[in-house]
This record gives sequence, C-alpha cells and structure tokens, in this order.
Amino acid sequence: MQIRDKIQEKLASKIIDWKEPAERRVYFTIKKEDVFEVAEFLFKELGLRLATASGVDTPLGLEILYHFSFDKTGEFYSVRVLIEDKKHPQIDSITPITAGAEWIEREIWEMLGVNFKNHPNLKRLLLADDWPKENYPLRRE
Amino acid sequence: MSHKVIVPIGPYHPLQEEPEFFQLYVEGEKVVDIDIIIGYNHRGIEKLSESKHFDQVAFLVERICGICSSSHPYAYVLAVEEILGGEARIVPERALYIRTIVNELERIHSHLLWLGLAGHFIGYNTVWMWAWRYREPILDCFEMITGNRQSYAMFKVGGIRRDIKEEDIPILKKTLDELIPAVDMFKGAVMDDPVIQARLKGIGILTKKQAIDWCVVGPTARASGINIDVRKDDPYGVYGRVDWNVIIEKEGDIFAKTVVRILELYESIHIIRQSLDKMPKGEIDANVKDVPPGEGIGRVEAPRGECFHYIRSDGTNRPIRHKIRAPSYMNVASNKVAAVGGTISDATITLAAVDPCYCCTERVAVINKPDNKQIMNGWDLIKLSQEKTKKLQELYNAGPQ
Repeated sequence: MQIRDKIQEKLASKIIDWKEPAERRVYFTIKKEDVFEVAEFLFKELGLRLATASGVDTPLGLEILYHFSFDKTGEFYSVRVLIEDKKHPQIDSITPITAGAEWIEREIWEMLGVNFKNHPNLKRLLLADDWPKENYPLRRE
Repeated sequence: MSHKVIVPIGPYHPLQEEPEFFQLYVEGEKVVDIDIIIGYNHRGIEKLSESKHFDQVAFLVERICGICSSSHPYAYVLAVEEILGGEARIVPERALYIRTIVNELERIHSHLLWLGLAGHFIGYNTVWMWAWRYREPILDCFEMITGNRQSYAMFKVGGIRRDIKEEDIPILKKTLDELIPAVDMFKGAVMDDPVIQARLKGIGILTKKQAIDWCVVGPTARASGINIDVRKDDPYGVYGRVDWNVIIEKEGDIFAKTVVRILELYESIHIIRQSLDKMPKGEIDANVKDVPPGEGIGRVEAPRGECFHYIRSDGTNRPIRHKIRAPSYMNVASNKVAAVGGTISDATITLAAVDPCYCCTERVAVINKPDNKQIMNGWDLIKLSQEKTKKLQELYNAGPQ
C-alpha cells in the first residue's frame, strides 16, 4: 500500500482539502485541533521526516505548512493548517513528537507570534533580546 | 556532590569563522548539557525577498551563504519552476547539465573546506594546508566558468546565465584528474592514520534513532546510517541520468562523518566527468517571462544536506512568501545530543562536525526597529571616524603626520 493511500485512509475524517499540483508534491489541509495527532501519525507510524514548517500571514489568518518528506520515494507532504484568530493565535506544539521541531516552532513563534502549547522551551531563537515584545517581523499588518 | 560549571564558547568563537554561542554545562571534564544560542548572523533575507522580483531573488539567496552559493539559488529556481510546470519540462537540456556540474563543483570545494577546518580543529594543520591547497584549483575552475570564485550568479528561473565554453572543458577535466590523487592522499591520511582514528572514533556520536528524531540531513544523517540524499530521492538536474552512489556509514561518530565527506568527493568527480561527456549542445535559457499564481517547493542536496525553499506566488512579479530552510538549521540543533556526554576537549570538533553554517541558519527577517537609533551610511561612518581621530589627536596633542 502506498504511503498516500495510507494517509488518505487513516486521516479520511480529518482531511479537508487534498491537492497534488506537481509530481511528488502533496498539500493537504487539516483543522488546527488535529495537528498533533496527524503529525504523530506521519512521523511515528509512517516514518516521514519533518523537513521544516513555513508560517505565512494571509488575509484569512495565519497559515502554517508542516513539510514532511518521505525520502524513500521522494514524495513531499505539506500539511496546511489555518489559525484564524490573529489576536491570540495558538496551536499544539509538535516538539514532543520530534525534537527537530523545537527550533522551527521557536522561529514561527518569534516571527509570527503563534503560541505553541506544550512547547518545552519557547524562547527567542534568532531575534535579539532587546527586540520589542509583540512585534512580529513577518506579520503583514 | 557534583558541581555544574558553565563553559562559554563564543559568541566570538575561537576557531569557527562565524559568531555563535555554545554554553557547555560541565561536571569536571564531562559535558552534561549544552545551550546553543544563535541569532548573531541574522539579516532578514526572507522578508527582503518579498520586495524583489523573481529574477532578483536568485541573486539575493546566493548571498545567504558564500559556500553554498549555488545550492540556495538552485533550490529557489526549482521552487519557482515547480509553479511553472517543473524543471525537467521547461529548462533546456544543456542547462540541466551545467546546473549539475556547478552544483557538484560546489560540493567538492565545500567538503575540502570542511576537511581542512576539521584538521585545523584537531590540531592536524597539515591536513588543513593540503586540503585548502587542493581546493584552490576548484575555485579557479569556478572563476573560469562563472567569473567568480564565490557567488557564481549562474542560476536563473528557466535556465542558467552563462554557458560553459568548449575550450574550458579540457581544463576542467584536467583539474578533476589531478584532484583524484589528492583525494587518495586524504583518504589515506585520514582513514589509515591511527592518531586520527584515536581522536575521532567513538566521539560525538549521533545514533540513528537520534538522527531520525532530530530530523538531520545530508552527510550528518548519512554518517548515522540513514539513507537520504535528495539527489537520489527526488532527482533534479541530471542526477537521475548519471551513475553514482550514496555514501552511507553506520557509526554516527565524527570519523564516520569525515569518511562520508571524503568518499563523496569521488562521487562528485564521477558525476561531473559523466555530465561533461554527455552534455549536449543547445540553448541554455527558456526565457521565462511571467510566474503564475501558485506554490512550489525546491529541494537541493547542498554539501551539508537538504536545502529547502518554498515559494508562494500571487501572479505578480514578486513572491508573497519565501521560506528558506538551510541544512545546518536541522544539523546544528542536533549538537544538543551529540556533544552531551563527551569531554570539553572533544566538544570543539563535535560542534564543528556537522559542518555548521550559521549565515545559512539565520537568514530570516528584520524590520525597522521603532526606537531612536540612528541609521548611518558609509559616509556617516567615515565622518564619525574622522571626528573621533581628530578628538584623539587633540587629546594626545599630536598633529597630523
């Protein structure tokens, strides 16, 4: 059974939107409440590697794309999550699943102001210590 | 009762070229924990990219890193070309070969650079001098092909900017032929030397499980027994059409990382030779005019691992989001487990073993700080310097010479 079938079968109730715009590239959207469960399934059960996560400020809200790579076939799965509440954006941290997410989430936190619940070490990574609080460089307002 | 002491290394690192700050928590000689503090190199490239048009961004991302100055633009153009329909579909054949050649030359010079630095870090300065001496002809080749030793300005969306001239190909081949005995020498000097083995074996170990958990990439992952290489897994350029092997070692220690890099030099030379022989004549640029709305991902196996670029376009001539993730970003973080448990004297080489590149790691974004700090240009600084010199002259009562 191919990895994409496994994902579609297991996460059928959670996937809102599924797109394959190019060869070996899959983008699918889930609700932000499901992110921990989905990441755990992709990383621990299917053995996908977390490449990184991109935070994007869009007119509809803050979007986070978790990029997972399946290196055996070169397929690349981007899990899209939209956080509509821009005033108090919050989402579950996936650092408890993979240590590799620690820096990625710290960067999104300082650049876009997304609060990652249960992150073990949510502090600044790249910005200076004297950078003003609640001033997020990658926000578009 | 044990007593924890903090040993700071950095931000002006005594050995590495870039500012980074490691706080080692030690008990006696043993490292029990480590804090990695970065951010000193942070220049705002992701934000800046949103204000450049698609052709300019290639030049911008080239300046993320002087060593990977073909991997970043390559990953970027792959991301944009994915929106346009894919590299294989739009880029002319000859350009694919030239892209591959430039990318592999970069790997050779980068691995030789690291080999030299690693030698220097463990006090084996002969390796340092020799590695850099053999790196020099490769940089000369870059100068011959691209006009620059670094920041090659070769990549553009839809093709490349400069062709490789027919008369340069024999020189390139001769340089590669001369490099083989040098790599043989390094292989012998490092892999058969009992002193190096005693120094590097069994230290700074990153186990396979840890490597998976920390999502490391490139030679760091391959030295821990993980079979990943973007060139094989998700081929771009002509990597799918030439014959070469992924080098994998199982031990995960620094010796394994060194072996992986040395053996990869042979593979790179092999790839370039085949590409030079197979390269057809023809166009080198598809003359792309517009980029439609959409999103694309570009992945390139940089010398340090997977270099990742994500581009979102809304149909204008600029990207609306450009996410960059350099390989060191994942690899440096894994030092948290690799360096712990070793001694302070091993920490220096352990922290350098992932071939860290901080200017890559810390690209992201900066906006104007809303405080009263003055922004000065070059002339202001010169003026400031002259005023200060004048004041000092008055203070010491000495007239200008």
